[in-house]
Amino acid sequence: MERNERLILVASGTLMGVFLILLVYSGLGLSVVVPTCVTDVAPFTGGKVEQKGIGQYDVYLVSRMWFFDPGEIRVPPGSDINLYLSSLDVTHGIYIEGTNVNLMAVPGSVNFARVRLEREGVYRIFCHEYCGLGHQNMAGKIVVAREASAVSDANLAPAGR
Amino acid sequence: MQGTNFTVDRTHRWAALVLVVVATTLLVLGIYHGLLQVLYRAGWIRAASFLGLDYYQGLTLHGVVNAIVYTTFFEVAFGYVVITHFLRVPLDARVTSLAVGLMLVGTVMAAVPILLGQASVLYTFYPPLKASPWFYLGASLLVIGSWIPFFQWIAAYLRWRRLHPDRDTPLAVVGMLATFTVWLIATIPLAVEVLVLLLPWSLGWTASVDVVLARTLFWFFGHPLVYFWLLPAYVMYYVMVPPLVGGKLFSDKAARLAFLLFIVFSAPVGLHHQYADPGVSSSYKWLHGIFTFCVAIPSFITAFTVAASLEHGARQNGGQGLFGWWAKLPYLDEQRYLFAYAFPGLVLFLFGGITGIVNASVTMNNVVHNTAWVPGHFHTTLGGPVFLAFLGLSLWMLTELGGKPLRLPRWNVVVPYLWAAGVILFSIGLSVAGILGEPRRTNLALSYSNPESPLFQRHWELWTQLGAVGGVLMTAAMVIYFAVFFSTLLAPAQQVAELRFPTAEPLRHESLGATRNFTPWVVVAIIFLIIAYAPPLVEVLGGNTVPSPPYHPFSPVPLTK
Ligand code: HEM
Ligand SMILES: [Cu+2]
Ligand SMILES: [Cu+2]
Repeated sequence: MERNERLILVASGTLMGVFLILLVYSGLGLSVVVPTCVTDVAPFTGGKVEQKGIGQYDVYLVSRMWFFDPGEIRVPPGSDINLYLSSLDVTHGIYIEGTNVNLMAVPGSVNFARVRLEREGVYRIFCHEYCGLGHQNMAGKIVVAREASAVSDANLAPAGR
Repeated sequence: MQGTNFTVDRTHRWAALVLVVVATTLLVLGIYHGLLQVLYRAGWIRAASFLGLDYYQGLTLHGVVNAIVYTTFFEVAFGYVVITHFLRVPLDARVTSLAVGLMLVGTVMAAVPILLGQASVLYTFYPPLKASPWFYLGASLLVIGSWIPFFQWIAAYLRWRRLHPDRDTPLAVVGMLATFTVWLIATIPLAVEVLVLLLPWSLGWTASVDVVLARTLFWFFGHPLVYFWLLPAYVMYYVMVPPLVGGKLFSDKAARLAFLLFIVFSAPVGLHHQYADPGVSSSYKWLHGIFTFCVAIPSFITAFTVAASLEHGARQNGGQGLFGWWAKLPYLDEQRYLFAYAFPGLVLFLFGGITGIVNASVTMNNVVHNTAWVPGHFHTTLGGPVFLAFLGLSLWMLTELGGKPLRLPRWNVVVPYLWAAGVILFSIGLSVAGILGEPRRTNLALSYSNPESPLFQRHWELWTQLGAVGGVLMTAAMVIYFAVFFSTLLAPAQQVAELRFPTAEPLRHESLGATRNFTPWVVVAIIFLIIAYAPPLVEVLGGNTVPSPPYHPFSPVPLTK
């Protein structure tokens, strides 16, 4: 093997190694959660929001052709949300604007992410997997507002940008 | 048309020509709907369907025709040319006809339900969306038809090895055999998914299907698929490009090593498409992520070797200085148009490689998964080096095998540059929109890019429009290409004495060592596959999921009888 060739092999190996180290850091150091196999929650059919403590919420989000249940989730700023996601019919997917939450909603299975929402405003949830006729209209939202009931959405800026 | 010392016999000339002409004709439909997609997404067409084709029906057509039919047809054609030209071992004409026949019948069988709107399930056909059984059956026939040539070629190769025990296998043959080894590894899980899970289920013989299992089998296929696309382009870069620039292949051994490494690393990586999926443990996703980083290495080798070969050729032609030699490459040479179809693809692949590493990075994938970023990425890989190589080589096969003189040669050399310029704008548009959250596989016209809609997202608009401008340029390039291709097809054939297959000489002669044989690499590939896939498959089969009945894309009510 020629000298330059050895060099390029070592250089490209090193580059990928550095990327890998940064990647592991992002996973462990910044605790970005990668969806995993959830076995302690059975696939569910109804959506709900449960308050577990101050600023602690468990959200069970169901995706269906072509809406989310609940369609709107309201929490105060600074809330920690444990998000469980399932589907009642076909495969859907969600991306929550301005966050690292990006999950597939697969029927017969439960997906999970944890997210902390600091800023007040509206975070849109987009369905990003083709789920049939109404896919392009399938969106939900999380409203982060101080007084959970009094604020109307019209006054809230989009928060996830 | 061709003289008797033409290395590709009559049957295989015809087989290759039929495949290439049918594929290019179907491509007209695929490109047409590519254009429509950018127009819908940018809101220039604000409707659910246009001229009788629904957005998602057309998107299914776009994915199936461009990514599956066009590529597979082309590669089987090119494989026949490479094997018969370099090995000169006769292949059985009847078997070849059977293979081509199966591929054609399968394609028609899958295309009809798509056009009738009975298979609008996209090219990934994720259950529990259900398509007509003909769609699954047709896809299976196409795949099985494409296996047959590979078995013919393996037999021919083994015979050639016996006849020439002391010769090194021609590099192009190594490349095409590696391509189809990857294809075979990829398509076995696909066949299991389609024949065992989906076909009986779509016929109503089974009531439900395990969606997580189906997704896992699909992506077991889905990533090696991309190397099935890429490797023939690498054959062109390694074997055909160096002589076109007046040089030699910088390292024959590195080229072989790259092909063999793809056999090893192309498959144990499929979970990187399922990072966002439930039902699969994150540790397995991390493992596949690490393997994915390994599969970048043979592409780095290729980038280096090809660039070094270009430099060597350019210096032979008087190129000087650190960068001066770049001026000595035949960018717009009408005779050597294959170079024009190679070079911009290499440039696009710089973008494709980098964005691919982003996708592969488990945690960063959270930002881009299933957003417009993803089509932004793969139109610089599949739509970049791969597609451009296939366009150029299809023309080359048409002229060489059909004895047709190339028409519109000056227009022809513009095509790849115009295409690449379009792809760059398209990809910047889609990538940025994707990072802002714009979903892929979505008829944005009806909601997110509609100012009347409560879902309107003004901050995506600029980037979506930029994507549309890029898409229009790509379409313009293809209009010129089709004019070149079909006017050449209609030109009267001439007598050709021999197949002119530009074939690189290696710069240095090295002993090939372990890169001489396939077997050890295939064995390692199988071991890696077992390590990477046995644990997640056991987990998925372990019964943590509830199987699903079928659904029609138009109704939330399941299709149970
Ligand atoms: C004029 C040229 C083209 C244009 C304007 C174009 C445009 C697009 C757009 C906008 C999408 C995303 C649609 C969406 O997600 O809603 C897309 C998807 C896709 N394109 Fe293209 N494309 C072109 C050519 C090609 C070519 C040549 C290939 C392959 C050889 C290709 C393969 C694909 C595939 C596989 C998808 C994914 C389909 C899916 O998500 O199911 N495209 N294209
Ligand atoms: Cu959807
Ligand atoms: Cu992949």
